[in-house]
Amino acid sequence: MSKPTDQDVDISVAAMLRIGITLAATVVFAGGVLYLRHPWATTPNYSHFQGAGRSLSTVSGIGGGLIHFHPQSVIQFGLLLLIATPVARVVLCIIGFARQKDRLYVLVSSVVLLVLIYSLSKGAR
Amino acid sequence: MSLVVFTSLLFITSVIAGFLGSLTGLGGGVVIVPVLALLFKVDIRYAIGASLVSVIATSSGAAVAYVREGLSNIRIGMFLEVATTLGALLGAYLTAKVSTHWIAMVFGVVLLYSAVSSFRQKSDNVSPEPKQANALAERLELKGSYPGPNGPEPYIAQRVPLGFGIMFGAGTLSGLLGIGSGAVKVLAMDQAMKLPFKVSTTTSNFMIGVTAAASAGIYLSRGYIDPTIAMPVMLGVLAGSLFGTHILVKTRVKTLKNVFALVIVALGVEMIYSGIAGKI
Repeated sequence: MSKPTDQDVDISVAAMLRIGITLAATVVFAGGVLYLRHPWATTPNYSHFQGAGRSLSTVSGIGGGLIHFHPQSVIQFGLLLLIATPVARVVLCIIGFARQKDRLYVLVSSVVLLVLIYSLSKGAR
Repeated sequence: MSLVVFTSLLFITSVIAGFLGSLTGLGGGVVIVPVLALLFKVDIRYAIGASLVSVIATSSGAAVAYVREGLSNIRIGMFLEVATTLGALLGAYLTAKVSTHWIAMVFGVVLLYSAVSSFRQKSDNVSPEPKQANALAERLELKGSYPGPNGPEPYIAQRVPLGFGIMFGAGTLSGLLGIGSGAVKVLAMDQAMKLPFKVSTTTSNFMIGVTAAASAGIYLSRGYIDPTIAMPVMLGVLAGSLFGTHILVKTRVKTLKNVFALVIVALGVEMIYSGIAGKI
């Protein structure tokens, strides 16, 4: 296989981004529809910060609610897909640089990926 | 207020913020946070969580259009993302340490800066004489070529350490305030590193999503991302900004830009005041 040009890498990245946000927005929208099943319920008070609970702030918690189609878990799962999109972009860049045999940029992109993984591992418990 | 009214109001506001943000190049996040905090009386931590998520959506959405133009430079972007993602970690860490009054005040200053920077002359750094050689930029492959009127114009980054340092600051602001901080990213590339303006803006947009993802994990674990606020904000800002990028090519937006800049100045002053008065 011939070496991909920067333009080739860009195009595959763009295609992936498009799929990622379309999927994420669809899931978030579906969760929103579920959430508004009881449209006339009173809005919770958001002026005092309590923080989203464990079931909505950890990957395992979100997964647990998702299998029961809890509206907020579905929305949160869509947001996780959204957050994963730029991570996938970095992974694609690493593959692209590796195929171009650009060792320096495989290293640079891997550092960026490690920082992202570190941050996401905070929410993964 | 009932759920459906609250959600609809948030959605409509976010569509407008996303639309104006993409039309003026300032991004939706920079207005959505003050509007949520000041008008909707939402705690600023929920506001920055929802904004951060919408920033990822718009950056990825707009990147699709920019990539086709072939102007963004993935090596320069990736190299500088080392700085912005580390900065974003620091910023997200600071949100828990700094009081909301301070966050509001810093936010106000960033709003004022954004408004001013939107009026800066957008002159291009493509100069007729060849750029000075720069050993560090050469070694890091921080160069490329830009389609100019007389064929491809080569460019190479200048003052790499300065640009890297400003990018770290941009990442910190992004993590602290839940915004893309595109204005500071463009400052680093356009002013410090002397890259062509178009390359700076498109590469900046490309970097915003990755930078925001670096603080998103920490925001999520702290409970800043509330699904019921983030849902209408993310969908609204995304829809508005996609519409805005579509319109951008067709209309002259000078008047609209002036009006929007005034709104931003007003929000900035109000944020600083609310922070000092302890209302946020």
